[in-house]
Amino acid sequence: MPREDIAQFTIRSVQVLAEDGTVDEDLAPSLSDDELLDCYEAMKRARRLDERAISLQRRGELGTYAPAIGQEAAQVGSAFAMDEDDWIVPSFREQSALMVRETPPQQILEYAMGMEEGAEIPVDEHALPPAIPVGTQPLHAAGVGWGEAIQESPNVALTYFGDGATSEGDVYEALNFAGVYDAQTVFLCQNNRYAISTRLEDQTAAETLAQKAIAAGIDGVRVDGNDVLGVYRVVSEAIERARDGDPTLVEALTYRRSMHTTSDDPSVYREAAEEDEWEARDPIVRFQVYLENRGLLDEETKATIDERVESEIADAIDRVNAARDELDPADMFRHVYAEQPPELERQAAAFERKGDRDG
Amino acid sequence: MADRLRMVEAVRETLRAELERDDSVVVYGEDVGRAGGVFRATEGLLDAYPDRVFDSPVAEAGIVGVGVGLAATGLRPVAEIQFQSFLYQGFHQLAQHVARIRSRTRGTVTCPMTIRTPYGGGIHALELHSESFEAGFAHVPGLTVVVPASPAETAGLLTASVRSPDPVVFLEPTRLYRSFREEVPADHELPLGEARIVDSGEDLTVVAWGSMLRETLEATAELDADIEVIDPRTISPLDTETIVESVRKTGRCVVVHEAPRTSGMAGEIIARITEDAFYYLETPVERITGYDVPVPLFAREDAYLPDADRIEAGIRRVLDRN
Repeated sequence: MPREDIAQFTIRSVQVLAEDGTVDEDLAPSLSDDELLDCYEAMKRARRLDERAISLQRRGELGTYAPAIGQEAAQVGSAFAMDEDDWIVPSFREQSALMVRETPPQQILEYAMGMEEGAEIPVDEHALPPAIPVGTQPLHAAGVGWGEAIQESPNVALTYFGDGATSEGDVYEALNFAGVYDAQTVFLCQNNRYAISTRLEDQTAAETLAQKAIAAGIDGVRVDGNDVLGVYRVVSEAIERARDGDPTLVEALTYRRSMHTTSDDPSVYREAAEEDEWEARDPIVRFQVYLENRGLLDEETKATIDERVESEIADAIDRVNAARDELDPADMFRHVYAEQPPELERQAAAFERKGDRDG
Repeated sequence: MADRLRMVEAVRETLRAELERDDSVVVYGEDVGRAGGVFRATEGLLDAYPDRVFDSPVAEAGIVGVGVGLAATGLRPVAEIQFQSFLYQGFHQLAQHVARIRSRTRGTVTCPMTIRTPYGGGIHALELHSESFEAGFAHVPGLTVVVPASPAETAGLLTASVRSPDPVVFLEPTRLYRSFREEVPADHELPLGEARIVDSGEDLTVVAWGSMLRETLEATAELDADIEVIDPRTISPLDTETIVESVRKTGRCVVVHEAPRTSGMAGEIIARITEDAFYYLETPVERITGYDVPVPLFAREDAYLPDADRIEAGIRRVLDRN
């Protein structure tokens, strides 16, 4: 046969919780009422932290901040799917997911205030720090998932990145390494439609981002990223496959409702009508309708959650302000090497002397 | 060990010993497994340690980047990049993550990774197989940059690199891989960050590393003067004290490297001499280096590389100045 089709692929898309708040009972994950409410609270906490952070930044009290408003379902749903000892490997917009794990809001704010303290990994937490260069961290997650496989540990790495990152060569290398080494890794691409200002159609000619897995020989699947139950389900399945050495690329289709960071103005590159359209598809609203319909969420519970979230974040802001006031600039010399080399010791001493010799 | 080994054999036997000693050591890179490495530096290791020696995809950013993850899980990655020039494809991972993960997480995540790579010219290889970018790596805080100059030094420094809590770029002078044999003691570990006084002398100090150390020793053998030869071994963090002490004693200094002159390590070494031994100098310090040109293809490579004649002439000039 001189010509034959030798490879075909299809990409499956999953939605569990529809935009009107109805659920596909066959696909609904088995989460307890408490777990569902925890999930809701995590989404509310993430949203409120982002809102407070934006206003702090506007008042000059915070540096550049990358809000995840509109992406709470993608982040919280996936983070809830992880086991305690699984690894989270974030980019710079994953505060919603990180707070589901062991990172407190105080650290998110510290990092945004330019303090390394915010990138410290909490004791006993399996996490890597935020990665600022786009698309570099999936390789670390491939390494973690490979390292756990080498050591015959069940732990899985879940890494987060965006649609823009899929244009980076490192992301392809990561998918490819994971496939070759049966890495215990799940790659979660939050396709929020914009890489700063660049629209998806200017980013790639690929019809889906999930299909980028195919070339690397691993599974790719798309999920409605504004559907917290769908994300939980799809990522849970991907994590279980990863424990057996089968990595997956999950594309969570969502929308960044806010700015890329506090440094840009979305009105320059997109229409208000589009933003309105996505406001109607907001992941928190959808989940709230579902919980109300199930009788899990009444006005009183909502108010209690809102108050709790508000006071947690207010406390975090107080603590981070206090930490900033006590910041020791000489700390920058202390962790460059395990043991401080003589030249660095000399520079640190010169820094402490101030105005004496500069080295 | 305690055998008489070539440098490339010293690399292999050191890796074998470290794989044997420590279950957390993993060796990977392009062609390091079945083929045993393009220079045979990892020959036989896959057979001996099939669960911890891996052929990797041809992807240098990947090789460097996955090391961050491997290290996070408690492993000690020892990666080979086939030629130093190809580490440029992984340089962003090195500078953005490997080198700084300790400081940006205040010591809560570290990357005890060793990246070995053949380096330098003199083997008449293809284009971009002969570079010496040690100054570039040295400019990245958090990295340790090592260049061995003999089989025993290779064993001692590579052992220390694999055991180091910090990431090490280990640059193996390709030209010395098979050039001579030397007694290599078993379980040989040398300190990182400490220079070696190869020859003691009173008249002039030469600082040279890698294959330039051999050229230097060939040059000094031709001279009647009492020359002190220092091999920094660790390019960064640099052992300033040994060099400065020597120059305070001799008052004259020549720094040799095969990398291009501008922004090369000689500039940094001379700056440190100026800071700490200026009033002891009897004459300006001279640099014998590669030129500020891309390393030529091999038909012109010999014209580019400093050799014993150029080094000898440089030393004579500095000795003859009043």
